[in-house]
Formats: sequence, structure tokens, C-alpha cells
Amino acid sequence: MALIPPPGSPIERAPRTDESIDRDLREVEEREFEKGLLTTTIDKAIAWAQTGSMWPATFGLACCAIEMMHVSMPRTDIARFGMENFRASPRQADLLIVSGRVSQKMAPVLRRIYDQMLEPKWVISMGACASTGGVFNNYALVQGVDKVVPVDVYVPGCPPRPEGLLEGIMVLHRKVGARGQKSNADLRREALAAESR
Amino acid sequence: MSEVAAAIEAACPGAVLADLEHVGETTVEIAADHLLTVARFIQGAPLSFTLLSDVTCADFPEHADAGRFRLAYHLYAPESGRRVRLRVWAGAEDPEVPSVTPVWRTADWHERETYDMFGVRFAGHPDLARILMPLDWEGHPLRRDYPLGGEEVVFTDAE
Amino acid sequence: MPSEANLGAMPFDEETRTALEASRREGRALTETERAIVGAEALTPLEAIERSRQSADRADHAPGSRQPMIINLGPQHPSTHGVLRLVTQLDGEVIRDLHPVIGYLHTGIEKQCENKTYWQAITLVTRMDYLASYFNTAAYTMAVERLLGLEVPERAQYIRVIMMEINRIASHLVWLGTSGLELGAMTMMFYSYREREKALDLGEMIAGDRMNTRFFQVGGCADDIPQGFEQRVRTWIDELPGHIDTWEGMLSTNPIWVDRTRGVGVLPADELLNLGVTGPVLRAAGVDLDLRRANPYCGYEHFDFQVPLGTAGDSYDRYTVRMREMRESARIIQQALDGLPEGRHIADDRKVVLPPRGELATSMEALIHHFKLVTEGFTVPEGESYVAVESPRGELGCYVVADGTPKPRRVHMRDPSFVNLQALRPMARGAYLADLVTMIGSLDNVMGGVDR
Repeated sequence: MALIPPPGSPIERAPRTDESIDRDLREVEEREFEKGLLTTTIDKAIAWAQTGSMWPATFGLACCAIEMMHVSMPRTDIARFGMENFRASPRQADLLIVSGRVSQKMAPVLRRIYDQMLEPKWVISMGACASTGGVFNNYALVQGVDKVVPVDVYVPGCPPRPEGLLEGIMVLHRKVGARGQKSNADLRREALAAESR
Repeated sequence: MSEVAAAIEAACPGAVLADLEHVGETTVEIAADHLLTVARFIQGAPLSFTLLSDVTCADFPEHADAGRFRLAYHLYAPESGRRVRLRVWAGAEDPEVPSVTPVWRTADWHERETYDMFGVRFAGHPDLARILMPLDWEGHPLRRDYPLGGEEVVFTDAE
Repeated sequence: MPSEANLGAMPFDEETRTALEASRREGRALTETERAIVGAEALTPLEAIERSRQSADRADHAPGSRQPMIINLGPQHPSTHGVLRLVTQLDGEVIRDLHPVIGYLHTGIEKQCENKTYWQAITLVTRMDYLASYFNTAAYTMAVERLLGLEVPERAQYIRVIMMEINRIASHLVWLGTSGLELGAMTMMFYSYREREKALDLGEMIAGDRMNTRFFQVGGCADDIPQGFEQRVRTWIDELPGHIDTWEGMLSTNPIWVDRTRGVGVLPADELLNLGVTGPVLRAAGVDLDLRRANPYCGYEHFDFQVPLGTAGDSYDRYTVRMREMRESARIIQQALDGLPEGRHIADDRKVVLPPRGELATSMEALIHHFKLVTEGFTVPEGESYVAVESPRGELGCYVVADGTPKPRRVHMRDPSFVNLQALRPMARGAYLADLVTMIGSLDNVMGGVDR
């Protein structure tokens, strides 16, 4: 017996598309809703929880750090997104906001802080200096923090306005919330595993 | 000759090499060997330049015969509000000048920074370690022959 | 601290080994700071715990009989105001010695300035002490103006004074918020940042950016004040003294605040002066040194203001001095707005100053000047100048060496944060570790200015 059935044979079915799964799920949801229950997938539930309280590390570098502080202050108020809790210990943080220029002297420290953070973790590169070195193209600075840690979202500006950082955080939330989307840390780890194999 | 330069010359003969007024600022060029004596004199009464604002250096590779590294000590007298700049040439090969930390303790970090950035050594400094760059950094970044570094930026429209 | 001889037997991490190699390369012994850093990094955390346990077993009750415990604060630490690292040696809770390790934010701005034209370098110096960006540009442009012999119109000087004083208040508000947060007065952070937002809005209104504007140009200011600006500034500074009253009501007699700041971080005035400390820290010790008063620039001699002084020189006095300085700044802004003279906002020198935007479409000459200035910049005659202004942290000096080309030979900033931080070590010796946070807060150093 052939393992792969010939085309047109009765056992071959059309692959189920995402829409059809969603339709089925919706039917289940509607049935269960009448009983007072909500159904969802584990992925969605985890993503919802993760975006609801993503705690940033207290990691201020330069000018951008001041604008990062403004994000948690009354006008922009990051507490609306459950993120006002800046953690001093990297082990309690989910999000590393690299807020400012990273010097050659600071790069190993930054890497160590990133390594100390627990999975899952995300990185926002805030401002021109962290993203590309900015106007300081010289011996002292790392030209882009993505040489040291994997970055999920880049926020442009010198420094970005608090609203700009907030938009970056929203983009990250959408990224985490989207089903099947992996963080850049995951992708890098998978690539490294494939290389070593 | 300016008042300050005349006072220095009277107290430490042979110390003043040059003396100039430019854009309203007084500069007195001092021989490196006399620096510490001049510092002690100028810090005390009657001149009482008690605040050493700044110690820094400028690199003149084209003036290697004059000494290449030109140090500038910016002094301030809080009572009179006067400022004066002392200038010392450090020498092109193995530059070294006496440290003024015994007179002004604030010179400590200034001299460490100058050592870090220009490689000028300060004799008698208590703790002459690198301050801004990592301890194992090679070279002195603010020398003119040290490349700026960084990365080549390629713009997408530059064919 | 391990002596140099027995360091050889200890396990080293990479950084420690390279530090030793670097000192050998230069043919010298390790210095004190290097030994402190090597000592802090030579042991793994487990070894360090084991060592302090052995030392505690051996020690009797005589003071100083215990081996010091080495604690490494920073560079990522919530209360060091940036990336400051402190290698502290503790005897119990008492600090025996402390070595500040800086340079974690070294950006190479001074080197970068040498590779830019004079007017491009304004953008770079703004980002040194980022809480006092207007002061950086003021010191730099005034140094270049002095070399050029350029007269700045009086209106431009008044606008500069207004912007600098707004910036001073905004900078003190960051100090108030963060040091309040560290000493348990979290509310201060929200109140002070609410007001700071309004100050940043003013900056945005006048120059388009909240923090790092390059509004001050060589010769004056980039533009005249926009419509409605004056009214907004007046509203803000009219409200401010009332807010300061509220904040002082919350802190000045608050027992926790008073207990944690009274008598903390005291150094005698002559020692502070010898350490080069300036600004509110020196004035809190009773030394009447304010460059706005002692060596007026930008027309500060026209304004009536007081220089607040302290008596004890402790952290509490630094707090009161800064609070009163904010009130005085508001008064200066008020006077500057009242007496704002008519005239140009920038000098009328086409060799140095960009022509007005409107003229570019109609005047060929303006277009040529604009093109030449943007592509080549202007040349500055050979010479050197040092201009000092009173920044929120003390004497901010800019030393510019010109060699007759369009690019500066040397730009150096004498940053008050860098100098004042030196006072931390003599202050902290013999103090409690918890008071170290108060001292760092009361010095109000900005690491961007320290490392440049």
C-alpha cells in the first residue's frame, strides 16, 4: 500500500484553512456562550496574559531613559496597560527597554542583564542611538544594540516622545498577541539550534 | 605682561614662558618643571585661585617640537571672579607632567581623564587608572592620530 | 581586598585578566581603583560569600577586625541615576571605602565634535548633559561667539535666559521626583513630572523637540518666540510657586524626609571647593558662588534675583536650596518676559548665520550663503576660549580650541556632574549604605554629563 495516496483518492481531504478552524471555533464559542462559558485557545490565553502585565526592567541609559520615565507618569500613564511596575531586578522583568546609547563598556553588562531575564522576554530598542548608533558613529558606541541582544521592536526618535515609546509597546503587544508569532529571541535560539545540529 | 604672569614670575623666576591676552582671556604658559610650584603659589594668597575648574589637553601633532600635547588648566578665583588659564606643553615622546593633585584634589579625575584620552602621564598622581574607557582598552581615543572609528554607512541611493 | 601578590592564585574572569595585562603592557603596577575593580571581580559570588563567612568567624568585636565585604552597586541599579557603578567595601552596614567606576555611557562626543563643523557640533553637545541641554549649547555657542568676536543681539540673550531658566526648573524637577522616589516619597515623582511635561511642551513649542533641541545657534537663537508662547510661559510660572508650596508642605517637615536627609553627606565648604564642587551642593554649604551673579553672561546683570544659600551643607540644605532656586528661576523668567527687548533674534552676519528661510526663494545671495554654510560651515580664527555658565548642577564650562579651519581642534566640556561626583567618595566614607542613596540623589549627577 502506497503511503501517499494518489490524487483524487477518497481519503485525501482539502487542508483545513485558518478560516474554517475559526468558523468551527466560533460555532463552539456561540454554543458555549449560551451556557455562560467562554472558550479560547491556550496560545491566545497566554498571549492575553502576557500583554496584560508585561513588566519592564528599570534599565535607563541616557536621554531616552528620561522619556521612558515620562511614559509611566500622569500624562501618558503606562499603568493603563498594566506596565507601570518597573522591576529593578532583571529576573522579575519581561521586557528590556534599551533606552539610550550603548557604549562598548556597557555592552557586556547589557548582555548579562538580558541573560538574567527569564523566558519569555522581549527587547525594545528605544531611540536612534540604541537602534543604529544615531549621530554618534564612533569608537565608543555599539552601532545598534541588535549586535548584542535580539530586538523585537525599534522605536525611532532622538529621543522618542513618550507617545512614540507607547506606540512601540503597542506594536510589541500586537506581536505577542498574534497567534504563532515568535519573539526574536525564540527565532535566534531556533536558528542556533539548527546550526549546531 | 599681565598682572598674574608678573606675580608668578616674581614668585617663581623662570616659570613663565609666554603670556598672552586673547579674546579677553588671560593665558600664562608655564614650564612643565615649575608647574607644581606655580600651582602652590597661585592657589594661595594673594592670587587665591582656589577653584581649579578644569584640566584638559589638546593634541597638536604638527607641533611635535614644541611638545605636541598642550595642557590647559582653567583656574577661578571665587573672591575676585577672575579666571586664568595655565598652559603646559607635555612633550611628544612619552608625555609627562607633574600632577597638581597635592594642590587641588579635584585634579584627580581630570588628570585621569586626560591620561585616558591622550596618554599624558601625571607624575605623582595617586591613582592614574583609565576612567572612561574599559581598563584593557588599547590606545588613547582623543589623540589626533587615533581614528574616529564607527561603521561605514552605506546609503541605499548611493550606487 | 586581596593584595596583588595573592591575586595570581585566584580564578579570574576575562575582564580582570585583561586589566592585569593592560597594566603590564604599560609597565606599571595596578592602581588603587584598578585593584578595587579586580578585587570585586576576582571572586565568584559563592566564593565571596564563603570568604565573608570565614572572615566573620575569625573576627572579634574590635572595630575593623573584620574583612570588608565588597558589594558592587550598578551599573544597572535603580538609584544610581543612570549607569554609575560603585565598588563599595562594607563593614557591616558602614561604608569603609568606595570606588566610583564611570564611563559606562562614554559616547565619544568630544572626538565626534572634532570631525564635524562648528555648527554641526551643536547637535552633539546638546546630548552631553541631557537634563541641561540648553546650558550645553549655551556654553558651546558662547565660546564660539567669543572666538569669532560676534555680538549677540539683546533680544536673543533674553530668549536664551528664558529658555535656560525653564530648563533649570525642568532639571530640578527631575531631581525632585527621582530623589523623592528613592527616599520613599513616591508622590513627588508624579507631581514634579506633571509640571515637567508642561516645561517640555514649552520647549516643543519653541523648537519642535521636547528635550534635545538645538535652539541656540552661533549668533543667537534659531527663531523668534512663537505666537502664544509668552502667555503659556506666564501661565506656567504663575502656577509654579503654588505647586512648590504644596511640595514643600509635603516634604519640608515630613519626619521621614527630614531624618533621611538631615546631616547626610556633609563636607566642609573649603574641602568642597578643593574638590571642585560647584552649584547647589556648594551653595548649600554656605559659599556664595553663582556664576550668574559672580560673572554675569547673557544679561543676567539686568535681573533681580537671590542666590539661595544653606548653612549646614547636608542633603536637606541642598533640597531647600534647589527648591528656592526654582522660585528664583520663575522670577527671572517673569522679568525677562516683561523686559523682552525688540530687535533681531540672531546676529546679522551672513558669514556665520543662516539667512532667513523666506529669503532663499527670492535672493540668489542668500541661497549661496545658505549653501556655503551648510556644506562647508564657517571658519573660526585660531585661538582658544573657555566659557562657563551656571548649569543646574554647577559650573558648566566649554573649552574650544580653534585652528582656523571650519572644524574645531578640540571641544571639551567641564561638566559639573563629573566633578561633583568626585565628592561622593569622601562623603560616603564612614556613612551607612542606606545613606549612599541620599548622597547620590543630593549630588544630582547626570551620567550623560559625567561620561560624555
